[in-house]
Amino acid sequence: MADTAFVRDKMLAPQKAPSSEVGALRWMRENLFSGPLNTILTLAALYFVYVIVATIGPWLSRSVWNASTLQECRAIVEASFGEGKKGACFAVINERWQQIIFGFYPRDLYWRPTLTMVLMLVALGPVLFTWVPRKLLWFSFAFPAVAFWLLWGGTVWLPVAILLAFGVAYAAYRVLTPVNGLLGIVAAIIAPILYWLYLCAPLANVLETALPFGLRTLQSHEFGGFLLSSVIGVSGIAFSLPLGILLALGRQSDLFVVKTTCVAFIEGFRGVPLITLLFVASLLLNYFLPPGTEFDVILRVIIMVTIFSAAYMAEVVRGGLAALPRGQYEAADALGLDYWQAQRLIIMPQALKVSIPGIVGNFIGLFKDTTLVSFISLQDPLQLVASIRANQEWNGIYWELFIFVGLLFFAFCFPMSRYSMYLERKLKTDHR
Amino acid sequence: MSTAVDAPGSNFRLGMLIYDTRYRSLTIQVVFLALLIAFFVWLVDNTIHNLSLKGKDFDFGFLFVRAGYDINQTLVEYTNDSTHGRALVVGLLNTLFLAFLCCVLATIIGLIAGVLRLSKNWIVSRLMAIYIETVRNVPVVLWIVLVNAIMSISMPEPKEFRGENPSASMILFDSVAVTNRGVYLPEPLFEHGMGSLQLGYFSVSLNLLAILAVIIGSVWGYRRIQASATKVQHVTGVRPVTWWKSVLIITVPIVALKFALGFHLGYPELKGFNFNGGLQARNSLIAMWIALSVYSATYIAENVRAGVMAISRGQTEAALALGLRSGLALRLVVLPQALRLIVPPLISQYLSITKNTSLAIAVGYMDLRSTLGGITMNQTGREMESMLLLMGIYLTISLIISALMNVYNKSIALKER
Repeated sequence: MADTAFVRDKMLAPQKAPSSEVGALRWMRENLFSGPLNTILTLAALYFVYVIVATIGPWLSRSVWNASTLQECRAIVEASFGEGKKGACFAVINERWQQIIFGFYPRDLYWRPTLTMVLMLVALGPVLFTWVPRKLLWFSFAFPAVAFWLLWGGTVWLPVAILLAFGVAYAAYRVLTPVNGLLGIVAAIIAPILYWLYLCAPLANVLETALPFGLRTLQSHEFGGFLLSSVIGVSGIAFSLPLGILLALGRQSDLFVVKTTCVAFIEGFRGVPLITLLFVASLLLNYFLPPGTEFDVILRVIIMVTIFSAAYMAEVVRGGLAALPRGQYEAADALGLDYWQAQRLIIMPQALKVSIPGIVGNFIGLFKDTTLVSFISLQDPLQLVASIRANQEWNGIYWELFIFVGLLFFAFCFPMSRYSMYLERKLKTDHR
Repeated sequence: MSTAVDAPGSNFRLGMLIYDTRYRSLTIQVVFLALLIAFFVWLVDNTIHNLSLKGKDFDFGFLFVRAGYDINQTLVEYTNDSTHGRALVVGLLNTLFLAFLCCVLATIIGLIAGVLRLSKNWIVSRLMAIYIETVRNVPVVLWIVLVNAIMSISMPEPKEFRGENPSASMILFDSVAVTNRGVYLPEPLFEHGMGSLQLGYFSVSLNLLAILAVIIGSVWGYRRIQASATKVQHVTGVRPVTWWKSVLIITVPIVALKFALGFHLGYPELKGFNFNGGLQARNSLIAMWIALSVYSATYIAENVRAGVMAISRGQTEAALALGLRSGLALRLVVLPQALRLIVPPLISQYLSITKNTSLAIAVGYMDLRSTLGGITMNQTGREMESMLLLMGIYLTISLIISALMNVYNKSIALKER
């Protein structure tokens, strides 16, 4: 053992890593300064951020919240911060925010749209999240009628009578199915239509005279601002998805006539700008309907927006259908499911899951597109901004108003896109 | 042994129309078609009835009547003595021109933003994420109106460019003036130009044609030189030196043409209260161009990001293992695959840009909607004809672009089985 020079019998204590290889320094070296190009990019980005902050920061910090004209605003800023200084004049928002949000809705009735909004959140709960009690779905189902009654007012019995149609359909189905299955389905479709056409209004009248209960009736032209955008947007979203799914199925169908019609419908409405359709709604629709038909303008716009969006939705859903392997259809057939059962239980759950990003993207697009109604002189937020800017008191102001309106839309659209990501993660079943 | 069931006889019962799958699809289609036809008959009947109630007819003759209104930005010759049809063409060209400008700028911004969004640089990718999320979650109309407001309120007036110590100055070597009345750009002028060619309805500038012809000729010559060099290389194994030929054939003809036509730039100059000379791009055009491009670029950026991310890292590694340099690997392996994913959504983005140009109504740019679907419609009172024509034209443009896209998709589709 004597010729063994040296054997270490004790471990050395571990040394600390060099300071450039740990913590913030390492992160910066790897992420910000990993090469000449990256360094230049980082410096440019930092400079950009500095310029933005140096411009916006002082402007925001000198903001004025109480003034009645733009001149007064500027005078206050100059008085408190020195000659030639510029500051944000959020006084215009302070003075007009109610108008931008509610339009010309009567001031003493603001509780109605506010309550509708709160109820909408409650109604959306069970649709969006599975942990909300399932019983609430019944409320979600009744919500459109409730919202209509709260927003437009009138007697409470009209929406109740309209909702009764579903009871009528169910009753017709239950009574006639034992006689003949097909007859039951046909009756369930025809009975509520007949009910709506002939029984609904008289029934509501009778109930109203027996038990009068209602809210003050409002006209559609009193709607405006973000309320109008939400009404059009939410109804468009609610109606365009089912219509879009039907169109997509029609386009995939083996029935030649159905398929051709659906293709023509989809391509026709996708090929023209929404604004031309809105013009059709406001100028031409009266030509297409029987003479003397009066048609609420918001309803017309909702119909057009729904159709337009449904055409896009159909293409998104078709993409999802095309992504399904052929074997899924064959397996459904092999199980002996009929067409609708196969769609409901096998095809649609998978196809819709694949197309979630596209569907939500479409919803967001539709919601943003509601601003186009300002061009057919409905009072949407942008139209109201234009009229505030044309006002003598606020002539020349724009950043503050556009920031406010932009934030309103952002507050709706951004959560929607985040929700779609959450849903995608939640429904992900493959483990790749 | 099972007993063979008799083949169904030809005794047709009415119930078979519904319960027999052979007939059911036919029944459904016939009923559907009947309903569809009934619906259209109803629509057309109503329309005819309503038109006659208002004492109107259905006639496109108004397109050949004097328009009588001015258009402030035209690409082809137009006066208020021209016909409504000509105003339509002016509007259509303005629409296509704006769409083209937006597509180019949106592609450039979108590519850069998409690539930077993928960058490992934390600050840059955060900044791009903020840009993309903010811009695409706010309506495009708001951006258009905002840019228009910035242009017409915050930009200097032409008179501020005047004097010894002007408070505003022209940019890019005194050639471009950004004012609240629009942007003034240098215009191309020809000292001995060749005039223009009358082609019936249009007059086409011969100068432009000559420039186009020379450029096409140069490119063709360049490709011929390259092709012959490749041929020599295949035969002898040595590629002849061609770079000086290439440089010559690209530069000499165009320089010669420049002197032959006496080409020079006419710079905008301040005269009186406004700029004279040069081209004026109105605020409406600038607002549409910038807002629409910046907005659409966010969508293109996301497409680019998705396309690049979808190519697995193994592809690059395999290309490098084959001995390709990184530039070649990108060009021959990664890009062709990424493009297959990027180009189709890119083209549909172009389509939606073209349709979004109709938002020019927000700032008063004279596009197709403003001429045919705006002033012409209001002056002649022919809503039905104007709107149908307008929608027909937009539909045609869309269908043409989709058809081109389908051709492209077919040509790059994976050739399998």
